[in-house]
Amino acid sequence: MPAETEPSLAKATPRSDAARAALVDVEHEPGAKKPDPILVAHGIRRQFGGLTAVDVEHVEIQRGVITALIGPNGAGKTTFFNLLTGFDRPNEGTWSFKGTTLDKVPAYKVARLGMVRTFQLTKVLSRLTVIENMRVGATDQRGEGLLSAMFSWLWRGQEETNTVKADELLERFLLHKKREDFAGSLSGGQRKLLEMARALMADPELVMLDEPMAGVNPALKQSLLGHVKSLREEGRSVLFVEHDMDMVRDISDWVIVMAQGKVVAEGPPDRVMSDQRVIDAYLGSHHDQDLSEDMEETILAEAQAEIDAEHTEEKS
Amino acid sequence: MDFVAILGSAIQQAFGPTAVIYCLAAIGLNVHFGYTGLLNFGQAGFMMVAGYSIACAVTIFATSLWVGVVVGLLLAALLALALGVPTLRLRADYLAIVTIASAEIIRQTVAAASFSEYFGGQDGVTDFISGFRDANPYSGSVGIPGLFRWSAFDIWVMTVGWLLVALSCLVVFLLMRSPWGRVLKSIREDENAVRSLGKNVYAYKMQALVIGGIFGALAGFMVSLRSAAVGPSFFATDVTFFAYTVLLIGGAARVMGPVVGAIIFWFLITALGGFFSQATAGADPLIPEAIMDPNQASLMRFIFLGLGLMLLMIFRPQGIFGDRRELAIDAR
Amino acid sequence: MIAVLALLAPAAATAAAPLPTADAGSVCQVPERDEADASIYITGCLRDLREDPPTPVPGVAITLSDAEGNELAAAESDENGAFAVAIPGDPISALGQQFVVAVDEESLPEGSGLRNPDDVEQTITVNTDADQSVAFPIGDPLPESAGGLTLALQLTVGGLVFSSLLAMAALGLSMIFGTTGLTNFSHGELITFGAVVALAVDRLPGQIAIGGLNITVIVGVLVAFVVSAAFGWLNDAALWRPLRKRGTGIIAMMIVSIGLSIFLRNVFQYVAGAQSQNYSQYSAVTPIQVGPVQVTLKEIAVFLIAVAVLLGTTAFLKYTRTGKATRAVADNPALSAATGINVERVISIVWIGGAALAGLAGALLGVTQGFDYQIGFKLLLLVFAAVVLGGLGTIWGAIVGAFIIGTFTELTTLFVPAEFKFVGALLVLILVLLVRPQGLLGRAQRVG
Repeated sequence: MPAETEPSLAKATPRSDAARAALVDVEHEPGAKKPDPILVAHGIRRQFGGLTAVDVEHVEIQRGVITALIGPNGAGKTTFFNLLTGFDRPNEGTWSFKGTTLDKVPAYKVARLGMVRTFQLTKVLSRLTVIENMRVGATDQRGEGLLSAMFSWLWRGQEETNTVKADELLERFLLHKKREDFAGSLSGGQRKLLEMARALMADPELVMLDEPMAGVNPALKQSLLGHVKSLREEGRSVLFVEHDMDMVRDISDWVIVMAQGKVVAEGPPDRVMSDQRVIDAYLGSHHDQDLSEDMEETILAEAQAEIDAEHTEEKS
Repeated sequence: MDFVAILGSAIQQAFGPTAVIYCLAAIGLNVHFGYTGLLNFGQAGFMMVAGYSIACAVTIFATSLWVGVVVGLLLAALLALALGVPTLRLRADYLAIVTIASAEIIRQTVAAASFSEYFGGQDGVTDFISGFRDANPYSGSVGIPGLFRWSAFDIWVMTVGWLLVALSCLVVFLLMRSPWGRVLKSIREDENAVRSLGKNVYAYKMQALVIGGIFGALAGFMVSLRSAAVGPSFFATDVTFFAYTVLLIGGAARVMGPVVGAIIFWFLITALGGFFSQATAGADPLIPEAIMDPNQASLMRFIFLGLGLMLLMIFRPQGIFGDRRELAIDAR
Repeated sequence: MIAVLALLAPAAATAAAPLPTADAGSVCQVPERDEADASIYITGCLRDLREDPPTPVPGVAITLSDAEGNELAAAESDENGAFAVAIPGDPISALGQQFVVAVDEESLPEGSGLRNPDDVEQTITVNTDADQSVAFPIGDPLPESAGGLTLALQLTVGGLVFSSLLAMAALGLSMIFGTTGLTNFSHGELITFGAVVALAVDRLPGQIAIGGLNITVIVGVLVAFVVSAAFGWLNDAALWRPLRKRGTGIIAMMIVSIGLSIFLRNVFQYVAGAQSQNYSQYSAVTPIQVGPVQVTLKEIAVFLIAVAVLLGTTAFLKYTRTGKATRAVADNPALSAATGINVERVISIVWIGGAALAGLAGALLGVTQGFDYQIGFKLLLLVFAAVVLGGLGTIWGAIVGAFIIGTFTELTTLFVPAEFKFVGALLVLILVLLVRPQGLLGRAQRVG
């Protein structure tokens, strides 16, 4: 993907200025209160056997901004994502989206409320065409009810409206040439794009992206980055998990750092990157090295710890 | 070797009442497995519930077959709900295990000597289809002389059966081209993705399980009408797997797959059976008795069936007339 | 295991006093009858199975009644222990009717009784105009008024023996599931395979003997164990490994396993025939009294072998390098591969071990219950019940689940007719899924 398809990469746009302005007075502390939170989580704890995967005291996600959730592997980011979106249940804790309490709300209802997620391992519907993948994303479809399904005149009109919308999104995400192909034939990066476009079919207010850049080639990364930014320009809120620090620094307005299941730091990207707690979380004492290069070591150590923990558990 | 006789009986079976039964059962499995990705290994259970419903409606409750049909459909739907509640939130294998187990539970319970007063134990129930026989508009048999023939009763069963098949195919076609059907296919591909898009996956799976079970019930009705009897041995575990083979021959997730599959399946099975039976018959059989006796000959078609099911699932899950493009994706 | 077998072999062999051939003792001389007599006869033989060869029991009174309990005819066993009683009236009208044949227990010799006291009355349905035979095995009478507790103990003993075999089969299934994610519906045929191999060895002409001691069946069981291991390797190498390489999904693999099950089951029937048959040794063994319960040396031997093999397998998994690697693969295949474990090799070992366990279970089951080409297929659902109850993929879970299911099925016969004992176990399976789907010892998994 050529870089010129990405015009807004470097320069600040009005939306991003506004977003950052709203966060100016927010404390740079874990669990800091936000002026206009769209998502509030409190006391979320999730244990797998003896291992506490997530133990978040308090977190608020600001409306209309791009928030990054970072942390070393095994920090509990994906588990936290699963908990917030209803794909997993915490042992305790409360959380709310737009003021609606979400504990015991199943995943599909969370999505209907306007909080739509993507997955770390991209989930496209392989043996459906790209356009069918998009159509599934639309909500409130009359034809999805069993009783009306057999009578096409009841849903034909709505289907056409959804198709127009889907085509627009495919155009925007540069997938229109693949419209009639099976989604299973797309490349990894195209799948990420399709997944994001499909999530937009539901008009979500909060888009949750789990490692949107993982496994995407550098050229396509620039394009994806632009798309994430464009979500904010449309007035949507974004929460994403990411490992690529350059990317985080580039597009996020606010960064939340998790380590060993807890939120250890919060703040604007530049501040957080130099925060001692973050450096400790990632590197221990080797903080003079580049973050992303040293990550590998951390990952291995974390993984080892996890295996050990599970084995002790198995033996007990 | 009398190839004409083999061909005749193969054609007779390919379009005969038995093919109808397996076609209907496979239509149900197509909704379950082909479109939704649900592994129902207990289609025989749905068939049995329905088959015994119309039998017992007449023998125990002395009402009409129609009451039995309504009760059978209701019981099949209830069975689907009962199976779905504990398993549809779990991984795919649990549904497979529970359905195969419950089909066997139903079969052993119905076959039990303790209930033989109601269900006739191992012998089953007979003498209940006089109403169906009386409604037979045909008289005299149909067929090609010297090749095959169907009796008037067979023709009557086939008329009702193939009409049911046509109706079922129409319903499946209408359902699967709708957004509802699209959600089912999406669930087959990745249910978490569908959940993340705001669809109640559990409810859709349950609906699919019920609808497929109802097609299974239609197959069960045809079993009891065609045989004029029901017994536990008609609904053994393997019935379900024959229906899977039928489905895979015709191609899963294709509306006409079960129809094509049932015809080809019964043609091949009958032809194979006829071939090996003739090859081992007589004083100087084609295959020496030391290698294969007539009893063993009757097993050959099932040996081929097992092999066929494996090979189809591995190489041609889209059916023998499958779409290459789709095949390419499966290989990933 | 070999040591246990060798230790028990002499004891079992002498106590069992094997029958020369499977059938020699069971042929029964039915009294001569008039060819012109079209009546349907109910025939049978009364023989004391404590003797070898079994001795006829003459002078026992037999009565024949219709389904309503009206006595129709009576007879007495002759010097060969045989009896024949005609159904009175037109043979055609007897078709489809049920009749009750009963033994007068008072007329049995002192100190004898029916092996199974429930057999005093047997109901038979006449479906054809051929004569029908019934069996009333005579042996030691069960202790008078075998109280509920004694009966429960007796059933528990039987249940434990069965459980130990079930556990071997379940462990194999669970290990294969744990490492490959495959729910193998052809596992029942791995069980039958062992029984077939043992039968094949047994049917070889002549006997295998050491120092005059006939060890044909023992050798058969050992060979079954080894050949099953090879068969497991073959299963994996020829079928499942290529499928994994192609990236075939688990749902597709389950259907492939169904196809394999149908294929193998019919091949077994092709080779071994449809009739159930006994191995040449240990088919009729006199039980010994241990406290309030009766056990046979055969049962004790089978149980000890099974428990030893189970302990050996779990020790292997727990302490050896390969065993630890196996558990690591079961836990997380990708991570194991990343840490340098050869996942394919581990899976291959698991298939070898799992099939060997299943085959051994099948061979021993053949020794205890008699061979039948569906021996494993019939067991499959109980194996599933055990594995799901304990937790799919867990090692201890499979064993614990098998012992619960195995004893449960036996003990339910205290309360419900024996024909419902499998039904009970399968209902337990469904209840477990409702209450605790991950099983007793399983762990909940992370989604996504």
